[in-house]
Amino acid sequence: MAQPQQPLQAPPEAGSMTAAHRELLARTPEVIAPGHSFGSVTDKVAGIVLTHRTPIGWFLGFGVAFLFLMVLNVTIVKLLFTGIGIWGNNIPVGWAFDIINFVWWIGIGHAGTLISAILLLFRQQWRTSINRFAEAMTLFAVACAAMFPLLHTGRPWLAAYWLFPYPNTMQLWPQFRSPLIWDVFAVTTYFTVSLLFWFTGLIPDLATLRDTAQSKFGQRTFGVLALGWRGSARHWQRYETIYLILAGLSTPLVLSVHTVVSFDFAVSNVPGWHATFFPPYFVAGAIYSGFAMVMTLAVPMRAAFKLDDLITMRHIHNMTKIMLATGMIVAYAYVNEVFYAWYSGNLYEQFMMQNRQTGPYGPFYWMLIAINACMIELFWFRKVRDNVVLLFILSLLVNVGMWLERFVIIVVSLHRDFLPSSWDMYAPTRWDFGMFTGTIGLFLSLFFLFVRLLPAISIFEVRTLVPEARLRHGGASAHPL
Amino acid sequence: MAHEPETAMIHGLMAEFDNPTDLVDAANSARLAGYTAMDAYTPFPIEELDDALGLKKNPLPLIILLGGIAGGTGGYFLEYWTQVITWPMNIGGRPFHSWPHFIPVTFECTVLVASFAAFIGMLALNGLPKPYHPVFNVPAFDRASRDRFFLCIEAADPRFDRHATESFLKDLHPLGVSEVAA
Repeated sequence: MAQPQQPLQAPPEAGSMTAAHRELLARTPEVIAPGHSFGSVTDKVAGIVLTHRTPIGWFLGFGVAFLFLMVLNVTIVKLLFTGIGIWGNNIPVGWAFDIINFVWWIGIGHAGTLISAILLLFRQQWRTSINRFAEAMTLFAVACAAMFPLLHTGRPWLAAYWLFPYPNTMQLWPQFRSPLIWDVFAVTTYFTVSLLFWFTGLIPDLATLRDTAQSKFGQRTFGVLALGWRGSARHWQRYETIYLILAGLSTPLVLSVHTVVSFDFAVSNVPGWHATFFPPYFVAGAIYSGFAMVMTLAVPMRAAFKLDDLITMRHIHNMTKIMLATGMIVAYAYVNEVFYAWYSGNLYEQFMMQNRQTGPYGPFYWMLIAINACMIELFWFRKVRDNVVLLFILSLLVNVGMWLERFVIIVVSLHRDFLPSSWDMYAPTRWDFGMFTGTIGLFLSLFFLFVRLLPAISIFEVRTLVPEARLRHGGASAHPL
Repeated sequence: MAHEPETAMIHGLMAEFDNPTDLVDAANSARLAGYTAMDAYTPFPIEELDDALGLKKNPLPLIILLGGIAGGTGGYFLEYWTQVITWPMNIGGRPFHSWPHFIPVTFECTVLVASFAAFIGMLALNGLPKPYHPVFNVPAFDRASRDRFFLCIEAADPRFDRHATESFLKDLHPLGVSEVAA
């Protein structure tokens, strides 16, 4: 059964509610602003691609992002010619920026799949106007993430035989008992399935652009991409079937990806890594940081393209609440880490925690506690959730906090291991920073292009939120995908 | 139907509506009037059309299940064959067939092949990509991807009659009825 479209605005049993209830409901913003029709939502989103003047901010933003993309190119060329010795990581810190950034980016991607798949299965209608660009964010974030382990091999074209199972002339096969191989499969599957899901969602909107475009070039390009979609009821029926099943498949997939990423650490015996609660801890952290990135992107986007009637305060509030919930899970995991270090009675575990808090990298630990455990408590306050500019700043800080968390887990655990004679400090080089800022440039460049060239909001799904989409004679409403 | 030259040239007749309720009502009327070869075109999925048009359940869930099973068994077999038969290695004294290690990749392969089965299966059953289709000949059809709802009764229907069907469609109070050139 489909849900009523505006349950909170027009409750059928309004008389039985208390005054406090009514006041609370009146303060809940709507999913899309009233007054929209099928045509107006179409024009609003398609117009960004086809007719509107591109805002000057787009050129500025894309220019800066493109500059950093060039930094990435330079770094990669330098890396391929010289080798990974240009990075700062060395024994005992064999994993540093490369894996920190990998985990950071892949975590960011998780929010996109959560919005597009899990919230779809839970019939959360508010997901509808943010799922498209959140999924795009997922794809771009995973692309950035995959670059780090690939380039960490030094010469990826020589590493193919131990990354992927293919019959090679050496007759060697990947070691399937290694979590690193699970990671290769998890990340490539995740990217591929996310791409299929995203493109499936785009097909009807590409048909809309094909039919709306005025230029021959636009009609042809979107015509080819739309694959001849004509909105037939027979097609929609099959389309809906696979859209739901793809969501069902993506749901365990997205949980498996960060679980497998956490296995990279948990399966080893390094103090600070060897913990059974890593999978849920990592998944919660991933969703937390991912929603922070969705917020970071949504706030400027809705301002620049005046999308606040489609991405309403309802979305902003809900995203903040998800950040608060998952952030609290992460904070609980921090407490757990401290407790287990003490409760294990293990000298090395206890030293690891002591070194985290009071060792040479101690300030980073306290910064991440300040952000991820203390600062997010601000999200409890409605005044904070209503302040979009403040939320933008706080979500940037959350991204910083989650990056620091991975730094602390990876570098601080490695730099002082079991044997004091092998202890050493780690410092990144300029090429580490070039690679990191370069992937941010790649991510933002792709996102700027996406917003300009493809419908950033799922038009056909937003149409189902328009009141006219409900059939008049009672019964079930149009299917809210 | 070569003996009926006036219907041989067209794909069908198409009625245009401006809201989903009228379209579903029209599709119900057409089904009750005995038409079977018809289709509706809408800018978003409308669940009620499945019943109104008398659409059958589609086999995609079964196709996806088979894809998932193939992916899962294929993935596990690949691991078993490489780790146990063709290149066995002693890793920390574990048995060659250390099946718990093989679960993550088996799971990923299941999801991967099932997703491809879903995507390719949907396109194949829908006959896409298909750049040309007669319905695109109707000028108003541009709005089928925007805000208009169409019901097309095809000339292939045994009850189709150029004039009777047209007056039947006009009785449903559409915005207009147009001929779909083949």
